[in-house]
Amino acid sequence: MSMVLGAKAQGKPKITLRPVLIAGLLIVGFWIVVALTIDVWTVYDPLKLVARKLQPPSFEHWLGTDALGRDVMTRTLYGARYSIAISMIVVVCSVAFGSLVGAMAGFFGGWTDSVLMRLVDITLSFPPVLLAMAVAASLGPGLQNTAIAVIAVWWPVYARLMRGQVLDVISRDHIEAARAGGASSYRLLTKHILPLSWTPTIISATMDFGQVVLLAASLSFIGLGAQPPSPEWGSMISDGAAHFYSWWIAFGPGVAILSLGLGFNFIGDALRDILDPREL
Amino acid sequence: MTQYVFRRLISMPLLLLGVATMAFFLSHFTQADPLSALVSERQMGNPEVVAAAKQRWGLDRSMPEQYAIYVKNLVTGDLGVSFRTRRPVLTDIAERLPATLELVIFAMLFGTTSGIVLGVVASRFHDRPADYAARFFALFGSTVPVFWSGLLLLYLFTVKFGLIPGPGRLDARADQPPFVTGMFTLDALLSGQFGTFLDALHHLVLPAFVLGWSVTGIISRLVRASMLDVLGQDYILAARAKGAGEARTLLRHALPNAMIPTLTIVGYSFAYLITGAVLTEAVFAWPGIGSYAVDSARTLDYPAIIGVSLIGATAFLLTNLVTDVAYAYANPRIKLG
Amino acid sequence: MGTSQQPLLNVRNLRVTLRNGLEIVRGVDFVAEAGKVLGIVGESGSGKSIMMRAAMGLSPSLSTVTGSIRLRGEELVGAHERRMQKLRGSKIGLVFQDPMSALNPVITIGKLIAEAVRLHNPDMSAAGVRRRTIELLDLVAVPQPELRANQYVHEFSGGMRQRVMIAMAIANNPEVLIADEPTTALDVTVQAQILEVLKNLQTRFSIGLILITHDLGVVAGTADTVVVMYAGKVMESGAVRDIFYRSRHPYTRGLLSCLPTISGNRSRLEPISGSPPLLSARPVGCPFHPRCSMAQNTCRSEEPKLRQVDDVLTACHFAESLRGVATGQWTSRAEHA
Repeated sequence: MSMVLGAKAQGKPKITLRPVLIAGLLIVGFWIVVALTIDVWTVYDPLKLVARKLQPPSFEHWLGTDALGRDVMTRTLYGARYSIAISMIVVVCSVAFGSLVGAMAGFFGGWTDSVLMRLVDITLSFPPVLLAMAVAASLGPGLQNTAIAVIAVWWPVYARLMRGQVLDVISRDHIEAARAGGASSYRLLTKHILPLSWTPTIISATMDFGQVVLLAASLSFIGLGAQPPSPEWGSMISDGAAHFYSWWIAFGPGVAILSLGLGFNFIGDALRDILDPREL
Repeated sequence: MTQYVFRRLISMPLLLLGVATMAFFLSHFTQADPLSALVSERQMGNPEVVAAAKQRWGLDRSMPEQYAIYVKNLVTGDLGVSFRTRRPVLTDIAERLPATLELVIFAMLFGTTSGIVLGVVASRFHDRPADYAARFFALFGSTVPVFWSGLLLLYLFTVKFGLIPGPGRLDARADQPPFVTGMFTLDALLSGQFGTFLDALHHLVLPAFVLGWSVTGIISRLVRASMLDVLGQDYILAARAKGAGEARTLLRHALPNAMIPTLTIVGYSFAYLITGAVLTEAVFAWPGIGSYAVDSARTLDYPAIIGVSLIGATAFLLTNLVTDVAYAYANPRIKLG
Repeated sequence: MGTSQQPLLNVRNLRVTLRNGLEIVRGVDFVAEAGKVLGIVGESGSGKSIMMRAAMGLSPSLSTVTGSIRLRGEELVGAHERRMQKLRGSKIGLVFQDPMSALNPVITIGKLIAEAVRLHNPDMSAAGVRRRTIELLDLVAVPQPELRANQYVHEFSGGMRQRVMIAMAIANNPEVLIADEPTTALDVTVQAQILEVLKNLQTRFSIGLILITHDLGVVAGTADTVVVMYAGKVMESGAVRDIFYRSRHPYTRGLLSCLPTISGNRSRLEPISGSPPLLSARPVGCPFHPRCSMAQNTCRSEEPKLRQVDDVLTACHFAESLRGVATGQWTSRAEHA
């Protein structure tokens, strides 16, 4: 029986998932390139009034114009800057802070573990958007505060992940051996444990990029994130909601959020298949 | 098992206290001045008005005092008074809870059902086109911003197709059914107003779909994974060896086993639903807690925000408890000690 | 087709190939007679389990089956799935190696057996199904069947589980009962009991029992004929006495020498060195040659055909030269315990 299963595993090439990875890389790559180079090749200014207001899509304005007469396409493309920047900052900071907390909790155990993990439990008890709203509202509107709010929501996920990993790794024999060999705590953690604990965090972080883009845009949609006239996707959709019959105002930014989310998901999925073959 | 539930129930207030503490400190250690929400801009220069407002809302006390007052009030079920509506937060929330509950329940029904169906289909046709299609539909749902899909679908179905009435819970001219639960569909049925029931349902379909779709992916992903796991088990082969057909094998033998790990995700998807409900309600002008939270956040009405967060966290913790108990019930092998 | 003259199960040139081209079963012939016990012996990976699943149309969807399997003359290879469903559980029963994993953990034992009954007797009354369920549990000597029927698999001991599995397999008086390593997962003390249950039922209902095992000892006291398989091929087959006393194949002899003798002569215990070849790396020539102490150049280049040598069918180039070696007095596990 085991031979059959073995043969099945051999017979299932990993290459089958590569098209998804390529699609993900293309989508995300597209938006990164747009964010970096849009200034050079843009046709319109995202903040200038370039046409009559509330014009439906046309040859001059592919995605129409908004309530003030700005080009929606241009604003959508510019929006990539905000979303990519904010998701980078949020994910990097959350991973750094969360992993640090989780690694400490897992490594030191005892009281440190209890206190840190209760903090994680409490934070995770909040429905994410409500906590982010509370934080963003108390910090006041603005892009920077949106980032802080989303980090406040996201770090505990990585703390849990890293703690679990560290606990898992720490119980392995060669860590015991290193400890017995007189390695210091710090050395043990940085040289022996952390390098073995990163895989789930990397996979999860990749998947989370899309969710972070979504949450940040949600806050802007509510009015707590980027403020007008910034061409941010969430607040553009909020504009669209205010001009319900001009559907094109919201169309572009929504597609943008969706595509970025899908892109990151594709990459994350492929990464998981490559790095961690357990399926879930 | 009772012991386990009991233990979980005891830890609940502690977690909630932590939640309240966190929410309290959050809104106090920041520069945002709630006064600006209380006092009109012109009156901000008037020290008497400012002092009166401060006193009225307890803002002149020291931080620990305010905290002590807050926690004491919490224990008695007092969530404070909203700066914006000037009414007790608990009253505001209680009034709006049924609308949200109705939306979330219907969304949950749709989300779980579609998630299970898609998960089963995907696992049955593993690595074939139907699998990819089901997975993509699910992924789409969890990636698409509900405030965008809601908006466009609302536009499409009301303006373009005229199939769905506009936003809100009932036709503007219709009377609300007599209050029993506050959930219009249920109340209308209870009082025998079938027309009102249909109207309420008609208004509910689109927001419930949009919201439910966002959790379809979470559930279908797990159903698929655990179905794939279960389908490789000997007892599935044994069911086939008995002469059970495909449908019977999948639904009677595989699904109940696959649902056991899936149950745990229901609690998580509930948190996701609350998140989505906030935004969905904003788009569909749904007079629930979500739109209340959005309005409160915009006006920096922190008693209201904390109140909603607390209610949200409580609901979430309770759902997790119920989920765990259901898990123990569904899995005969586990007897929680 | 005169059903009575046809052998119960006639397998000819059976091949099972995985989708990736690897052949698991490579042209196997054997016959199972009604009321007799056929032992199929081989190490794990010899293809014996896959082969019997193929006979039931349960081979993994990744594989193709060619050749012929006739049940009382009816061709099963390529038969319609609906027809196979009818046959499975009614004409052919299957007992699994590990009853713990082959019994659905979330369905009570009674319901599992009742399902087997009902699937093939859709018109039977609920009371009738219940009665039959209890009767079946009684047949396999599960004490307190009324009580036990309401329990789950985890509440049973290993031996009891296997009894339940057998009850399920014989629910509709099958003509063929395939027992796939029915004792391997059990404690040694229980193994003999289970074999006895199988043997009793087989005699009582004159079932054609196919006993798949890696243990010649299991076969010794139970089987009438034996097929020895290695690397997806038949190495040797014949009546059980002939295989045990007049084997003409070094592989069979190797297996035999692994058995303890009644005289307790330990020096005879000499396990075959090495392990069966991987599916993907089967040797050219005789598949057994890398592990065979008698291997010559012919064995490395030419694959031996199955041929009659004295009383047995054997596939060894040097079957004749093995004549003189007596193999001693073997006892079965069953008699041992």
